[in-house]
Amino acid sequence: MSKKYDAGVKEYRDTYWTPEYVPLDTDLLACFKCTGQEGVPREEVAAAVAAESSTGTWSTVWSELLTDLEFYKGRCYRIEDVPGDPEAFYAFIAYPLDLFEEGSITNVLTSLVGNVFGFKALRHLRLEDIRFPIAFIKTCGGPPNGIVVERDRLNKYGRPLLGCTIKPKLGLSGKNYGRVVYECLRGGLDLTKDDENINSQPFQRWRERFEFVAEAVKLAQQETGEVKGHYLNCTANTPEELYERAEFAKELDMPIIMHDYITGGFTANTGLANWCRKNGMLLHIHRAMHAVIDRHPKHGIHFRVLAKCLRLSGGDQLHTGTVVGKLEGDRQTTLGYIDNLRESFVPEDRSRGNFFDQDWGSMPGVFAVASGGIHVWHMPALLAIFGDDSCLQFGGGTHGHPWGSAAGAAANRVALEACVKARNAGREIEKESRDILMEAAKHSPELAIALETWKEIKFEFDTVDKLDVQG
Amino acid sequence: MPFQSTVGDYQTVATLETFGFLPPMTQEEIYDQIAYIIAQGWSPVIEHVHPTGSMQSYWSYWKLPFFGEKDLNLIVSELEACHRAYPDHHVRIIGYDAYTQSQGTAFVVFQGH
Repeated sequence: MSKKYDAGVKEYRDTYWTPEYVPLDTDLLACFKCTGQEGVPREEVAAAVAAESSTGTWSTVWSELLTDLEFYKGRCYRIEDVPGDPEAFYAFIAYPLDLFEEGSITNVLTSLVGNVFGFKALRHLRLEDIRFPIAFIKTCGGPPNGIVVERDRLNKYGRPLLGCTIKPKLGLSGKNYGRVVYECLRGGLDLTKDDENINSQPFQRWRERFEFVAEAVKLAQQETGEVKGHYLNCTANTPEELYERAEFAKELDMPIIMHDYITGGFTANTGLANWCRKNGMLLHIHRAMHAVIDRHPKHGIHFRVLAKCLRLSGGDQLHTGTVVGKLEGDRQTTLGYIDNLRESFVPEDRSRGNFFDQDWGSMPGVFAVASGGIHVWHMPALLAIFGDDSCLQFGGGTHGHPWGSAAGAAANRVALEACVKARNAGREIEKESRDILMEAAKHSPELAIALETWKEIKFEFDTVDKLDVQG
Repeated sequence: MPFQSTVGDYQTVATLETFGFLPPMTQEEIYDQIAYIIAQGWSPVIEHVHPTGSMQSYWSYWKLPFFGEKDLNLIVSELEACHRAYPDHHVRIIGYDAYTQSQGTAFVVFQGH
């Protein structure tokens, strides 16, 4: 039915607040936590968010009558209280599928977390969760390989992968750096990692690092008889440089490379993931800058959204925090988003912070990486929390061993295998953690010394960003 | 005063992936791990290879995968039979998960020489 042009300013809620709307299976759904300016009604705030993140602008415009905006507009279809917070509320918004370019996470985020976050009628705004419709997911490449393929390539089954970051993170020459890689791998780690801020600095240009690391990986593999790898960080200043580094890693016959997906950007990440899929390369993903975006409980983007976006953009491993180490993250929330990295269907579960059912279809899974301030005493808890489809990375907990990195690596490997064996045999590994580790240390002087070295280290600070529950 | 170092020398060891860093398991411990494989709903698979081929993706099957087998004693006797037939080979057991098309677990039970 044709409409007449009526110039002027209408309230957003007249058009974008539609509580009677039943979302379609093909809609992209979003849950925002909104804190409006004083005196602005909730419905108006929520409708403004829906409008500004989809088709609307502040004024009625004549040209919108050239199309059928009813077909394209985002709609706020539900408002809910935030438990324990009288001033904030959740707004649930449905976006029609055709608002987004196929396979483009960049496009989804530009819409959903674009101008709307600076909107004056809002004091704070946080994107809590997105339900991606399966119709959109099928247009995304996703992980270049996924958990199953990665296990087959690395020949690791029945346990988490074990790794560590090379330290000191900056300042080593290429040859010295390769030495540390070699020590870790010969000691029993599966994988080592470039620190995220190692790119190609004056003290160690990337080509130098890649060549020495490749020698270290091959040597350790030969001597131990196990498959080894090192995440060669290809993150670079330009896409051209990124691909040049990736190509060289492939030339050296290395199994895995690495990218920083937030500082590097989703466009670069999706491109690199496609390259990895074409070239049989595994892809490890770091998340520098995430805490700037995801840590404030009322503003920004929750990490579960960033994790879902990464699974769609592409990566075979993603850092998720440790729960028990030096970095932020509570247990239930972490379990909620690692499910979304690994499972093919994740049901709505507010106790884990998941606001929607999420069907991933046939999209491969992503390994959850736990890294940062963890050591052997944390091993039983890490295995209980993260399960087998994870990569546990002990940096200080490897290199800080009094006998050096190889012994530190062996200590971690013994501890990990002892915990897996105990779990499989039906023991309660978190409750019996002390007994399990002490028993294992009887056969491993490396582990005995590690247990002694780190016995007092804990990181017991309260989490800043908690699940919203009635206190 | 003679120099005394508290630093030990870590010697690289050749290992066979999962559980390679633990001492050899007792029979009872091996039973526990096989019981775990069965309890997970995975199919037991027995494979063997001459030690020179341990890094190959494919080891030889012992017979066929024991699809749906729940009898722990039968699996143990098959492991022993495989070891008797190939005394110098590595023999491993796999918990095969047909749903993921992956190995839920895998470890070497008898080490060849």
